[in-house]
Amino acid sequence: MGSHRFAAALHGDAMDVAVANGRIVGVRGRPGDRVNRGRLGPKDLFGWQANHAKDRLATPLVRDGGRLVPCGWDTAMDRIADRTRELLDESGPGSIGFYTSGQLFLEDYYTLTVIARAGIGTNHLDGNTRLCTATAAESLKETFGCDGQPASYTDIDHADVIALFGHNMAETQPVLWMRILDRLEGSNPPRLVCVDPRPTPVARRAAVHLAPRAGTNVALLHALLHEIIRTGRIDRGFIEAHTVGIDELTERVSECTPAWAAGICDVPAGKITEAAEILGGAERLLSTVLQGVYQSHQATAAACQVNNLQLIRGMLGRPGCGVLQMNGQPSAENTRECGADGDLPGFRNWENDAHVEDLASIWNVDPSRIPHYAPPTPAMQIFRYAEQGSIRMLWISGTNPLVSLPELHRIRDILGQERLFTVVQDLYLTETAQLADVVLPAATWAEKTGTLTNADRTVHLCEQAVDPPGDARPDLDILLDYARRMDFRDKDGRPLVGWHDAASAFEAWKECSRGRPCDYTGMTYERLRSAGGIQWPCTEETPEGTERLYTDGIRWAAPDDCETYGRDLVTGASVSETEYRALNPDGKAVLKAAEYVPPHETTDEAFPLQLITGRTLYHFHTRTKTGRTPQLNAAAPEVWVEISAAEALRQGVAEGDLVEVTSPRGSVRGRLRVTGIRDGLVFLPFHYGYWDTPEGHRPGAYGGRAANETTVTDWDPVSKQPLFKTAAARLTLVERGDGTGSGAPTTTASAPVDPHHVPPTAGGPAAMAGQNGGER
Amino acid sequence: MNGVPIVLRALYDGERELERQFLAAADRHCGEHEFHHVAKDMARWSHEHSERIAHAAAPHDLHLPGPMDRPEPGPPAILRETPGRSVGRQPPPGLHLLRDLRDLHLAATENSLNWEMLAEVAQAAGDTGLLDLAADCHPQTLRQLRWTNTMIKTLSPQLLTSL
Repeated sequence: MGSHRFAAALHGDAMDVAVANGRIVGVRGRPGDRVNRGRLGPKDLFGWQANHAKDRLATPLVRDGGRLVPCGWDTAMDRIADRTRELLDESGPGSIGFYTSGQLFLEDYYTLTVIARAGIGTNHLDGNTRLCTATAAESLKETFGCDGQPASYTDIDHADVIALFGHNMAETQPVLWMRILDRLEGSNPPRLVCVDPRPTPVARRAAVHLAPRAGTNVALLHALLHEIIRTGRIDRGFIEAHTVGIDELTERVSECTPAWAAGICDVPAGKITEAAEILGGAERLLSTVLQGVYQSHQATAAACQVNNLQLIRGMLGRPGCGVLQMNGQPSAENTRECGADGDLPGFRNWENDAHVEDLASIWNVDPSRIPHYAPPTPAMQIFRYAEQGSIRMLWISGTNPLVSLPELHRIRDILGQERLFTVVQDLYLTETAQLADVVLPAATWAEKTGTLTNADRTVHLCEQAVDPPGDARPDLDILLDYARRMDFRDKDGRPLVGWHDAASAFEAWKECSRGRPCDYTGMTYERLRSAGGIQWPCTEETPEGTERLYTDGIRWAAPDDCETYGRDLVTGASVSETEYRALNPDGKAVLKAAEYVPPHETTDEAFPLQLITGRTLYHFHTRTKTGRTPQLNAAAPEVWVEISAAEALRQGVAEGDLVEVTSPRGSVRGRLRVTGIRDGLVFLPFHYGYWDTPEGHRPGAYGGRAANETTVTDWDPVSKQPLFKTAAARLTLVERGDGTGSGAPTTTASAPVDPHHVPPTAGGPAAMAGQNGGER
Repeated sequence: MNGVPIVLRALYDGERELERQFLAAADRHCGEHEFHHVAKDMARWSHEHSERIAHAAAPHDLHLPGPMDRPEPGPPAILRETPGRSVGRQPPPGLHLLRDLRDLHLAATENSLNWEMLAEVAQAAGDTGLLDLAADCHPQTLRQLRWTNTMIKTLSPQLLTSL
């Protein structure tokens, strides 16, 4: 049995894979790794089995006569290259768009970025990171002038207060949560402050749990800031030295008392005061933020208020003091830094001509070849252009918008259009792939080599251990093949994409990252292999990497350095360079203020419930892998609907009843789970689609299964992240249950209030793992 | 006698009109989701402004109607867009959107200049109440201006190259 080392999974957990007879037979956490210290979460432990699924794509497919038929790589790639050339001739680069992922490798994203921005010359390149981490990036840009996670996971080991804002860490980053559990069980445990409308495992361990009405985060955060400023628990020296905007912020929150917020958020004022006491009294405060903030309306405004909390308390750049604006996917950070998510590579500012010239000289192209006349197009707007007909070709890699984007009937209409040429690059025939014109079979981790960077800037090398199935190819090889067929050249006539494998792509990226905040120049594959994870920036001067940013003041906010001049936090309007120079000449952190704005969709008689969607511990985003993993699928086999006991009483429904949740867009049917969720709120897990139903990619006779049948097309105008946590819906009974309860997990935020008739979620013999299993 | 009532009347009419225009345009372009939603937020600012102007006008013997309901979004738009459907050979809705954004920007500019005049006359006349009103509202008018400008900059390349 050979053992190979690589890193994978949700947030950079390092593991080794065991290989026998050319197949993976098991995984093991790497004990010395700085991120996971040998621990694995359930999806790490079991998810690898999906790599062997019988329905892995093993050959390219093209649409002929309305059907997808197998073909060779030449046929598929020529069809894509021919269509690209036709469109470039007919309509120009603006007719071509790329929608990628947070699950490929750095080398893939960087190559894709060079192809899209300088090869094609299109502004339309974004990742599904738009759905998960766009607000993290935007809030860091607004506050610190530039993307880059300030804190480190090691801050969990030092903090005396950890505040989790809309972050159900136990289910989104279970291994990181284990690190908090270590602290909670040890001496001097930290106190937790939890903001979440669901009774999450985090809420159960919190000193204070605030469960606000959906769409009211900014009001709640204003009240917390109000209390901390009112009681004088701010670090005036730090504010003076490192920030601008304290007067405006103070004025903005001056009337935002806990009583005021209580009326908006429906949280007792006393509890807000209590939370402010803990935050204000912390000596080492760590805040973390995730989808409860990012997928709500006013996402960036709220995330920036958390940054403000850290700044006015002077809690930054020291052990235990910092903010983690989190990611949702394993390589979302790479999508951001490589410029595949609506920014230029290396956190360069598209409005700064010097930055664009710098990039153009690295790529050896004329600056005018890199579109920088308008902001890069975010995903939701790319789909809008496809809907309007101005985008005619969309290349989708490693993501499944037909389940993950809001208002699915609209997305099905868009992707089903005859005039839109769609390429889908994936592991399986996903819902999205079923509507494609060309399907490209891709390799997954352990079948290809590359690097990925997690939310605390830790870079891991993930190495090939086995061959991909059939003719499937690494994503990088597919992109390099396309670049060759398109014959993209630099200004001296040399190939624009001058690399040929993962290692040479990494070397090219290092040059692009040189001197930027995400500097990789001190790393090599060899060092990553021997040292394990390294945090960027890592240069010749800092070969061990950098644990925390901003240990010595704010570094990248000066007008000539910053990634953005900022936006109005309510309207999304750009701040001009001139305004930014006046506001922040010395490059300090900006305490950005914003007024609370009520949500766009509010409840009424027809739709009396607030609707939010979210994840469960056992599934990745659209279940493509975890639905093909027996133990994970068994833990959460079918969509469910969550409401509170009081709400169930009001609605006359009970645990296990088949109910329908209907919004102005569509409806979903599922078995009811009665939990301790906030009254008046209904929760749907967003993982379930249709690939394992007879219809394949759309609802059938039994109604909708995908939560996004119901969600609204609306996004934060600042980060452009769509809203999955601010909608209105009604609930109706379809059929009484038979008394067995819904199949929702019982070990998570979905735990039933009455565990009596609900079978507990337990792995059983199939979930036992040992060191000897798999040897033959 | 000074020009305060004249400026207040012009501002009141201008904010009412801008609110109506924002709502009408939001309604016309319901398939342009970012525009649609933010335009409604912008309409609310203008609504609040006209309410506050009406309140401030009373001591100047100017009786403006209010508080009032939101104005109707105007006559049904001929070119209202159905989301998810191509518009065939009709004039491109993208052009319509850019024209609406331009009109909104110009209307907000007019209001901004009127706020400027109000702030000036308030200072000259020593009327702190009116000065506070202008200080509270004018920044939002400027944000309406920046927003329409940003939207024009963002959307123009795609909408105008794909006609």
